[in-house]
This record gives sequence, structure tokens and C-alpha cells, in this order.
Amino acid sequence: MKSAAFDYVRPGTLEQALQILSERAEGARVLAGGQSLAPALNLRLAAPELLVDIGGLAQFRYIEEGADALRIGALTRHVDVERSEIVARRCPLLSRAIAHVAHPAIRNRGTLGGSLALADPAAELPACMLALDAVIHVAGPGGERRIAARDFFQGVFETALRPGEVLTGVEIGGLGPDRTYGFAELSRRRGDFAIVGLALAARRSSTALSDVRLAFFGVADRPVLARAAASALGAGDMSAARAALATDLKPVSDAQASSAMRLHLAGVLLERAFNETLEASA
Amino acid sequence: MNQPIRLTVNGELVTAAVAPRQHLADFLRETLGLTGTHIGCEHGVCGACSVRLDGAVVRGCLVYAVQADGARVDTIEGVSDSGEIADLQAAFATRNALQCGYCTPGMLLAAQELLLVNAAPDRETIRDRLSGNYCRCTGYHAIVDAVEATARARAEAKR
Ligand SMILES: Cc1cc2nc3c(=O)[nH]c(=O)nc-3n(C[C@H](O)[C@H](O)[C@H](O)COP(=O)(O)OP(=O)(O)OC[C@H]3O[C@@H](n4cnc5c(N)ncnc54)[C@H](O)[C@@H]3O)c2cc1C
Ligand code: FES
Ligand code: FES
Repeated sequence: MKSAAFDYVRPGTLEQALQILSERAEGARVLAGGQSLAPALNLRLAAPELLVDIGGLAQFRYIEEGADALRIGALTRHVDVERSEIVARRCPLLSRAIAHVAHPAIRNRGTLGGSLALADPAAELPACMLALDAVIHVAGPGGERRIAARDFFQGVFETALRPGEVLTGVEIGGLGPDRTYGFAELSRRRGDFAIVGLALAARRSSTALSDVRLAFFGVADRPVLARAAASALGAGDMSAARAALATDLKPVSDAQASSAMRLHLAGVLLERAFNETLEASA
Repeated sequence: MNQPIRLTVNGELVTAAVAPRQHLADFLRETLGLTGTHIGCEHGVCGACSVRLDGAVVRGCLVYAVQADGARVDTIEGVSDSGEIADLQAAFATRNALQCGYCTPGMLLAAQELLLVNAAPDRETIRDRLSGNYCRCTGYHAIVDAVEATARARAEAKR
């Protein structure tokens, strides 16, 4: 199908973009990579009056490292993350996860900011941000705000972004040589959204994991932290961790999988992701 | 309202006025008559509409023509005429990697992009990198064969 008619502007600066968004309010939508918005328009699931194309704002396409932090601009494309030597060295969880996001041609256009602003409950990158305890930066008519990932994702396609606000980037702190990660996902085909997936981030001492964060996706209306399982894993007890998933998660049932099957798969993924943290240290 | 665009398509400068809602694949087919770019699903799933935009393979149905203002677009026609993928095309023919040919322009562009970033992909990698391109005829096996054979032949030629 074809999209309904819309007007299109390509502002040259963030300020102009914010200005246009505040003037046009309801009728305007931000266009970044278009890899989720264009399908929605073509399927006529949405019909905004105006697309504000921020895809060309090059100053928001960057990957920077600090002493213990990584900063990534909202308009950084999935392919940039995939090929980034800095990401591979400082935060390999993202390098692992990005290979599961859609297909190469979509990764050539889709952006980090678009993926986070969309907040698909089965998407990889929101869960990674939750596991990494990332801070999301937004700019809007009222100035700039910083929002913790755990507060940012609020439901199916729902985020803390207010009307007229633009996501500008993310900051991932607390990085260091003691960080370890695991990533596992089950989908019908490579590149599909997950049936269930898990992003694991932790610290590693010689004997155990600490600060374990398990962000499951595809199980609820948003990515969720499995806290009881994480503390059991920190105590080194995998079978207790698997059992704890039943209290942490109340997975959804749909045509792809029942709730019980998702819960079972979550346990399988927990072991896989945990084994990855062991391989990394071997 | 139509908007003016200027872009380079297969090396030639093109100027046009387009409705913002027109996607690039429709623009190439309807306005420029470049019908090698196919259209299947129009929501990003099948890959039939693949074109190169500033050197990277993208979905022609998920980019609006207005967004290509100032860009360089290469379609299967341009990439065929330049001879860049002549060997890959020959391998597709030899290995029966196409039947109806609907998916083939997209497959060729995706496969060539893979071979440019990874000169010696294993079969698993080839399948993975072509996962976004649907073929309803071949069952994929022959396509993987053709891409693998091309990778080997290129490696031989380099020696
Ligand atoms: C066939 C197919 C398969 C896919 N598979 C996956 C998958 O497995 N996993 C996955 O995670 N994704 C998948 N995607 C989606 C893809 O990753 C998108 O690139 C991503 O979700 C959105 O990024 P975008 O830059 O294209 O955003 P757009 O499509 O431009 O925008 C998406 C939404 O976010 C808003 N938005 C975008 N950027 C900003 C910003 N900076 N500030 C405020 N609002 C903004 C837009 O207004 C829109 O509502 C798939 C897409 C397709 C077509
Ligand atoms: S027509 Fe573009 S992906 Fe199917
Ligand atoms: S050859 Fe017919 S769809 Fe691939």
C-alpha cells in the first residue's frame, strides 16, 4: 500500500526541528531512519500531516568514549554500531545485540534513537539500554532532560517522551574491564523481532558475578528487569535463578508462543547468556 | 505539495518534483522507468525493492523520494551496466539461483554488499545476510551456492 499524503520538511538544526514540532503539535511526526515509521505510513496505520526529517542532523550521529562511559547520538545508524570498534571494545553487548536487529538493508538506515523512541516491546536495543542502566537524553520546548532507561520505557510503543520532544542520545556509564555481558534471543528467523530475548550485564570478580542486570524483552509490554533471578545469579545459583524467573516474569501469550512457553524459553536463554559471560572470561 | 529534488541516479543527474509520499522505488519505476527495482510488500519485509543509496543497500519502499534529494542512487540497472556484478549474475544463472526473477535484483545487491564487507563468508553468514530478502521460488539453496561460488572465484582471481 501507499502512504497517505503528507508534507515534508528537513530542518537544518535541532532548534528548527523543535520549533516546527511545537508549532505543528499533533499533526507532526519526527522521521529519523524511517524503518518503522515508513512501514506504518505505507500500511496506513498512521497518517501524520507533516514529517519532520531529522535524519540529516549529522551532529547527532556519533559514538564517543569517555573514561568509563560511552555516548551514542540518536541518529547513529544500526550499521554504525555494528561496525564500531569503540562499541566492540567498550560495550560488546551492543555489538552482539545489533546483529539481531532487522536485516542489513534496514540496519543501513535505522537509528538508535528511532528504535528507543519507538519502544517496541520485542526490540533488542531498549532492553540493552535497561540492562546497561543507560541514561537517555532528550531535548524539547522546555529544555533538556535526562531519563533513566528504567523510567523511559512505559508500555507498548509508549515512552517518557513528551509531545514536541526529540531523543538526542544515550549515555552508558560504569564501563570498565570488570564488565561482562551476555545476549541471547529466539526468533523464528534471523532478523525478526524476538519471541523472547535477554540482555545481561554484570560485573565479574575472579569468583562470581555482581551487579547482575537481566533485561528480558518480548515478554511484556516493555523490557523488564528480572531482579530475583539476577540476585540468585549473583549468588552463583543458576537453578534458583531459573526458578525465580517465574516470580520476575509474567510473560504474554500470543500467536507466536504461550506464556508458559515464553517462561520456559526465558530460562533457556538465561543459561545461554550466562554461559557467554563465562566464555568471555575464559 | 510537490517538492523539487536533485539526485544522481546511475551516474546521471536527475531533477524532478515529487509528492513527499512517493517512495523511492515508485519514483524510480514510475518516473524514471527503471523497473528493475521491484515492489513486493511495501513495508520493508521482502527486499524486492532494494537499491543503493549513497553506496549502502536500502529498502526503496522505506525511503521517500524527497529524502533522496542530494543523494546518489544506484539501481540494479546501473550496477549491471557497470559490470561490477557480472560474475555474480553469471553465477546466479549457472546455479539456477533465479526462477521467476522477482527477488533477483534485491538478492544481487544484498549479496554484493555482503561480499564487499566480507570476502569469504561461510554459508551460515550468507544465509544470515540474505535473511531480509524473500525468494518464493528457489528455496534459497541455489542462491547461497551462487554467492559462495562467486566469493571463491573472486578469491582465486586475486591470487
Ligand atoms: C522488516 C523489518 C524488520 C525489523 N526488525 C527489527 C528487529 O528485529 N528489532 C528491532 O529492534 N527493530 C526492527 N525493525 C525496526 C528498525 O530497527 C527501525 O530502524 C527502528 O525501530 C526505528 O528506527 P528509525 O530510525 O528507522 O525510526 P523511524 O522509523 O524514523 O521512527 C520510529 C518512531 O520513532 C520516532 N522517532 C524517531 N527518532 C526519534 C527521535 N530522535 N526523537 C523522538 N522521536 C523519534 C518517530 O516519530 C516514529 O514514531 C525492523 C524493521 C523492519 C522494516
Ligand atoms: S517492497 Fe520494499 S521490502 Fe518489500
Ligand atoms: S526467483 Fe522467484 S522469487 Fe526468487
